[in-house]
Amino acid sequence: MRGRIFRAIVLKEFYHIWRDPQTLMIILLLPLLMLILYGYAITLEMRNIETIVVDRDHSPASRAFLEQIEAVDFFRIVARDIDDNDLETVFQQRLASCVIIIPARFERRLQENFSTPVQVIIDATDPNAANYINNYLSQISTRYNFSYNPLIPVTFNITPRLLYNPDMKSSYFFVPGLVAVILLLISTLLTSIAIVREKEMGTMEQILVSPVHPLQIILGKVIPYVLIGYGISVMILVVAHYLFNVPVVGSLWMLNLSLVLYILSGLSIGLFISTITNKQQIAMMATLMATILPTVMMSGFIFPISSMPLPLQWVADIVPATHFLIIIRGVMLKGTGLHELWPQTAILLGMSVFLLGLSTRKFKSTLE
Amino acid sequence: MNEFAVSVKDLTRTFGDFTAVDHISFNVARGEIFGFLGANGAGKTTTIRMLCGLLMPSSGMARVAGLDVYSAYEQIKQRIGYMSQKFSLYEDLTVRENIEFYGGIYGLNRRQIRQKTAELVQYLGLEKQVDQLTRSLPLGWKQRMALSAAILHDPDIIFLDEPTSGVDPVSRRNFWLLIYELADRGKTIFVTTHYMDEAEYCHRLSIMKDGRIVELDEPRRLKERYGRETMQEVFMEIVNRKGEQ
Repeated sequence: MRGRIFRAIVLKEFYHIWRDPQTLMIILLLPLLMLILYGYAITLEMRNIETIVVDRDHSPASRAFLEQIEAVDFFRIVARDIDDNDLETVFQQRLASCVIIIPARFERRLQENFSTPVQVIIDATDPNAANYINNYLSQISTRYNFSYNPLIPVTFNITPRLLYNPDMKSSYFFVPGLVAVILLLISTLLTSIAIVREKEMGTMEQILVSPVHPLQIILGKVIPYVLIGYGISVMILVVAHYLFNVPVVGSLWMLNLSLVLYILSGLSIGLFISTITNKQQIAMMATLMATILPTVMMSGFIFPISSMPLPLQWVADIVPATHFLIIIRGVMLKGTGLHELWPQTAILLGMSVFLLGLSTRKFKSTLE
Repeated sequence: MNEFAVSVKDLTRTFGDFTAVDHISFNVARGEIFGFLGANGAGKTTTIRMLCGLLMPSSGMARVAGLDVYSAYEQIKQRIGYMSQKFSLYEDLTVRENIEFYGGIYGLNRRQIRQKTAELVQYLGLEKQVDQLTRSLPLGWKQRMALSAAILHDPDIIFLDEPTSGVDPVSRRNFWLLIYELADRGKTIFVTTHYMDEAEYCHRLSIMKDGRIVELDEPRRLKERYGRETMQEVFMEIVNRKGEQ
C-alpha cells in the first residue's frame, strides 16, 4: 500500500512535467545551449588583440622583433606608424587596445648598450586583458633577446610543464563548473516550484487530508526531478566529452557519487525554499538568489576562491558547489578518487544530510 | 460513544493574540447534513481544518468518527473526505489520471481504482471526457468531479468548505443533488457556505460569528423563531444584532 501511494505521487509528477512541454524543452535545451556557448564562444583565452605598431627605427633588428609579434595570433596588427598626436584618439575610438613603439636607433642601442626601452601603451580598462598583453610581450621580448642579444647574462629560465590540461583549454575548466550550476539550478528550482505550485493551487491541502505521510509527498515529488537532473548531468558530460574532448580520467563511480550527493543538497535547498514561501514567483527569485548567484560567483566556478577576502572565503565554504567543483574537477581532469577527495565528499554528504533533515522538519511543521 | 459523527466541546484555536475559534461546542449526527454559516473570518474554515487534521486545536475536545483529533488524526484521515473552496483537481491531468492519483494516495489498488473510475465516469456522465484534460471541463462538472475524487475511498464523513463558490445556480443545484444522495447513503456531510439558499437545504445550521457559534438549529425553526420568511433575513438579523452588542 505504501508502494502504491508512492507510485501515484511519482506518476502524477511525471504527468505534470510531460504536460508542460515548454518547460521540459527549456530544462533540456538550456544546459546544451550553455554548454555550447561556454565550449565554443566564451573563453578566458585571448586572441586577436588589436595592435598598432610604430617603428621609428626601420632596421633589420626592429623588423625582426615585429615579425615575432605578428607571428602569433594573439596580436592582430590594425595599423602601422601612426602619428603621435593620434595616440589618444586610437584608444578613445577603441581602434586598438595596445600600441607598441620601437624608438629610433633601436638597433644601434641594442648593440652598444645593455638596455633599450620599447614603449608599450595598453588600454587597461580591462585590467585582465592588459595583464595578458603585458605578459605576452614580455615573453616575446625575452625570446627575442635570447636569440639576438647574447650579451644578456642568463642565470636560469623557467620551463613549465602543464599538467592535466596541457593545451590550457577553457572548456576543461568550465564544463565541470557548468554541471555544477545547471544541476543546482534544476534540482533546486524545479523542486521548490513543484511544491509551491501545489500550495498555490490548494491541492497540497487535498493531499494532506489523505493518509499520505509528509515524507512520502516530499520523496514522491522530488524523485522525478532527481532523475531529470541526473539525466541532464550525464547528457552534459557526454556532450562535453565527445564534442569538446573534455577528459573523464577518474572513476565514473566517484563521479556518480558526487553527482547524487550534490543533487541531494540542491533538492534540500529547494525544499527549504518551498517551506518559506507560498508564491511560485517568490520561490523562483529566492532560488536564483540562493543558488545561481553563490554558485557562479563564490564557488570557484570562474573566480578563484584563494584571491577572495577572508570573509568571502568563509561564505564560499558553505556553498555546496565549492566542494562539488573540487571533486568533479579532480575526478574528471586529474583522475583523483575518494582517497584524495574524501574530505570534500564528507562535507558534501554532511551538507546534504543536514539540509535535508532541516528542510524536512521545516516542511512538516509548516504544513500544520 | 460512537453515536455522533462529529462531537466538539469547547474547541478553541488561537493564532498569537487572535482567537479564531472560541470555545465552540456541537454534535453532528450520522447521516446529517450540517451547515456552517458565517461571514468571512468567522472561524468556519479554521474549525473544518481542525476537524480534518490539518490544524491542531489550541484547546478543547473534538472527536471525528469517534476518534480523537489530537491523537488519532492519522486514522481520522482514512474515514473522512475533504473538499476545499480552492479547486482541488489537477488541471493538467486528465479526468482519469486525477481519479487514479486520488485513488492512489488513499492506497486503493489497481482493480479498485479501475472500478471506481468506471462508476464515477458513468455516474457523472463523463464518458466522452474521461481522457481529456480537466482544464477543458466546465466548472460545474469539475466541482462534482472534485467531490467524487475526494470520496473515492468511501469515507463516512465528508467535509465541504465552500464547495460551490463561483459556480452557476444550475451547477450548484446539481452539486446539492449529489450531496443529498450521499446523505441518503448514510454519509455525514459537514458543509460551509455563503449561499443562503443552500443553507435551507441543510438539516441543521450553525451560525458562527467572531469565532463563536451564536445559533444552532434547523432552518425551519430558526425562521420561526426569528419570524422571518427566508434564511437570508434570519442570517442578516443575527449578524447585525449581535454585532451591535
